[in-house]
Amino acid sequence: MTDILADTLPQAKPNALRPGVHMTEEATKRLKARYASERRFKLIGLAAILFSLAALVILLTTIASNGFTAFQQTHVRLELNLAADQIAPVGTTDVRKIMQGNYGTIILEALQKKFPEVQSRGDRRRLQGLVSSGAEPQVARMVAADPALIGQKISIWLPTSSDIDVFVKGQVDTKAPEEQRRVKDNQVGWLNTLKASGDLELRFNTRFFTGADSREPELVGIWGGVAGSFYTLVVTLLVAFPLGIMAAIYLEEFAPKNRWTEIIEVNINNLAAVPSIVYGLLGLAVFIGFFGMPRSAPLVGGLVLALMSLPVIIIAGRAALRAVPPSIRQAALGLGASPLQVVLHHVLPLAMPGILTGTIIAMAHALGETAPLLMIGMVAFIVDIPTTPVDAATVLPVQIFMWADSPERGFVEKTSAAIIVLLVFLLLMNLAAILLRKRFERRW
Amino acid sequence: MSLSLLFVVLLGLAVVGYYMGKSRSLALSGGKVRSLHSLPLFYGWYVVVWCGLPALVLFGVWIAFEDALVRQLVVAELPEAIRRLPADQLGLVISDIRNMAYGNIPLDKADATIRPVVEHYISLRQIGTTSLWVIALAVGIAGLIFGRSRIHPDFRARNKVEQAANVLLIVSSTIAVMTTIGIVLSLVFEALRFFHAVNPIEFLFGLNWSPQMAIRADQVGSSGAFGAVPLFAGTLLIAAIAMIVAVPVGLMAAVYMAEYAAPKVRAFAKPALEVLAGIPTVVYGFFAALTVAPFIRDAGESIGLAVASQSALAAGLVMGIMIIPFVSSLSDDVINAVPQSLRDGSYGLGATRSETIKRVILPAALPGIAASVILAFSRALGETMIVVMAAGLAANLTANPLSAVTTVTVHIAALLVGDQEFDSPKTLAAFALGLVLFIVTLSLNIVALRIVKKYREQYD
Repeated sequence: MTDILADTLPQAKPNALRPGVHMTEEATKRLKARYASERRFKLIGLAAILFSLAALVILLTTIASNGFTAFQQTHVRLELNLAADQIAPVGTTDVRKIMQGNYGTIILEALQKKFPEVQSRGDRRRLQGLVSSGAEPQVARMVAADPALIGQKISIWLPTSSDIDVFVKGQVDTKAPEEQRRVKDNQVGWLNTLKASGDLELRFNTRFFTGADSREPELVGIWGGVAGSFYTLVVTLLVAFPLGIMAAIYLEEFAPKNRWTEIIEVNINNLAAVPSIVYGLLGLAVFIGFFGMPRSAPLVGGLVLALMSLPVIIIAGRAALRAVPPSIRQAALGLGASPLQVVLHHVLPLAMPGILTGTIIAMAHALGETAPLLMIGMVAFIVDIPTTPVDAATVLPVQIFMWADSPERGFVEKTSAAIIVLLVFLLLMNLAAILLRKRFERRW
Repeated sequence: MSLSLLFVVLLGLAVVGYYMGKSRSLALSGGKVRSLHSLPLFYGWYVVVWCGLPALVLFGVWIAFEDALVRQLVVAELPEAIRRLPADQLGLVISDIRNMAYGNIPLDKADATIRPVVEHYISLRQIGTTSLWVIALAVGIAGLIFGRSRIHPDFRARNKVEQAANVLLIVSSTIAVMTTIGIVLSLVFEALRFFHAVNPIEFLFGLNWSPQMAIRADQVGSSGAFGAVPLFAGTLLIAAIAMIVAVPVGLMAAVYMAEYAAPKVRAFAKPALEVLAGIPTVVYGFFAALTVAPFIRDAGESIGLAVASQSALAAGLVMGIMIIPFVSSLSDDVINAVPQSLRDGSYGLGATRSETIKRVILPAALPGIAASVILAFSRALGETMIVVMAAGLAANLTANPLSAVTTVTVHIAALLVGDQEFDSPKTLAAFALGLVLFIVTLSLNIVALRIVKKYREQYD
């Protein structure tokens, strides 16, 4: 002890003001280096966070800037002459007959009236190419809904084709030489004339929110996918929520601590980490292969997603039940309630906000899930909007996946717009979960 | 849809049973509820259990097995020549019959041998539905009468109802186990069928993957090669790139949030990071394919590197971004769980914050961090949509991150999307790949849980 002290204590020397070991030049240098490394470390940490946030911001802005334009669609105003000789005699009410009318000619006539100088065949085809191929059925349906229109002249906004749409929105190189452009010089001239006369403008794209899938980018809509997602999630919720709550109640409140319940618990934890595509394989082999359920149906998709969300709901439910203090149970038991009554009348209502929060978050995950649904055939080109859970359908994320795979330039903005819609739904669900937690959270 | 009507009718019957049981108990007690053993509602529920449960279970079993049963009976009716067909062609015939029975294909298109079978099918289904109606209603009403007859004031209805409820709870808690069994059985069963056609050694160690099967027997190159090593290597490469991005970033973000960030910063940054985890993977896939992959290709070309347009780097990078929150939130939890006394001790000895973190906190939190990294890695292996959209199908065996590789999940999806026959090795290969994926991710998960369990509460 004394030896050590003798070593470290400053020697009593005449020039006693010699700096201590912590104040030598080397020590100051060391200290500086340590502080510099401290600052470096802190900066690295900050950089890590900024990197993640930057990734998030870039992702969201890319999607938003690509997708925002899809909510508007280029439309052209035409004066259609719904002549009886092109459709059907005045007074016809037979829908099938009206639908067979020659609407292509009517539209071409209306276009030619605006540009009488167009004569050659090739130019006429280009002129017709301004208007979407979906315009004919649109006019046909309109006339079929109101047969009194036959023989009249109407002014109507019709969607342009996708090539024109992306050109007008400036999403393709408008300055490229003509042979590299899908929109040719004379078409550009017509577009400018139409724009000058106010017959060409960007209008709100209602079809995008009300229609279903299509091969033409300008005609697609998300409603088919949204309806499919809705039916799928309803099935998921109906299956996973009651089963999840009951399993959580049993495991948390009634299960004896033995080997069997331990197996169940380990099982649930492991199931939560199984890749989602494996659930798709399960659904394919069991629900479709073994039970012979229909392919592409929201019913099967919902069941697969239910099995996938079940562990999440059980884990959240158990946490919520565990947070209810034992004194509540003891008080109820003391008043003569049976164990089941204790749970159903007291513990469960108190735990409900927590369970619901967990369930909403699990549903949000299920809403964004794509891979298992590919396995069970929900990736299909379906132009009808499903009306029951056993109709062939697709869901919003799968719709996004299919559009992202399409080569046409016009699908890029539609894909991004569908992603925006999906993210809005997810945001709303997560907000609901947060509000629920804030509103009902109790500290015991 | 008379089956759904039957379901509603059975539910209605249960409601009727509830009120009958309740009113009967009240009537028997002569209006004095105190003379009853249980509350009247329990007598109601008791009748519901008897009249609803057996009928609904019967209903469910019927729905599940009707199809297989009818199929059996129809096959037995088919002419010998058709029955001898291989399973896949027989399946086509049966789906034709079914379509005709439902009127999707006009009946007059059927040839003479099929026609009576279609009619037989229709009649079988009618008989089936009718008999289900009769049997289910009979069971329901019998249960209702029986349950109601058991009611008398001393009857311990509450105990019986709670027993039934307990059984229900136990059954629903075993669904998780059933799911696991279902996954294992379906994967193993289909994979075994695959291994009948393809040698497992060749599958696990073969270097050549090209699962094209011949449509005609005499086609050139008809065998198909099922050596999955390129897929495993590609999966590992992409997952490794993802981990190279996610582990340092996630870990440092967690350290910064736990040790440095002011509460306000933390309150903003933590949920923002979690948003990354909530974005659907299909969105990441679109982002990777549309933005990141072209960017990397252009950047590579500008410095003279040949980059594939579907490079492993793009997919791995985006997957890494997706995985950051998994690493950071789990690591954040374990870093926060390190007791304050360890920090105080280290500061007391004069260590700076970063020295404390590097020498004290991270070693103490290491098991938890290791577990979080393992879980993140297992998630990277099983991730599907990003690689489906950004990695492509080329099964190259390479370690070059700038070339195109493919993964196990991509090929599971590619083999099964679209109409496939259930029996071809091509389809079954997907299940074998799924089995490998399941085993690997499951073992990683078990290892992670083990690590956490073994080293948890070390300081408490």
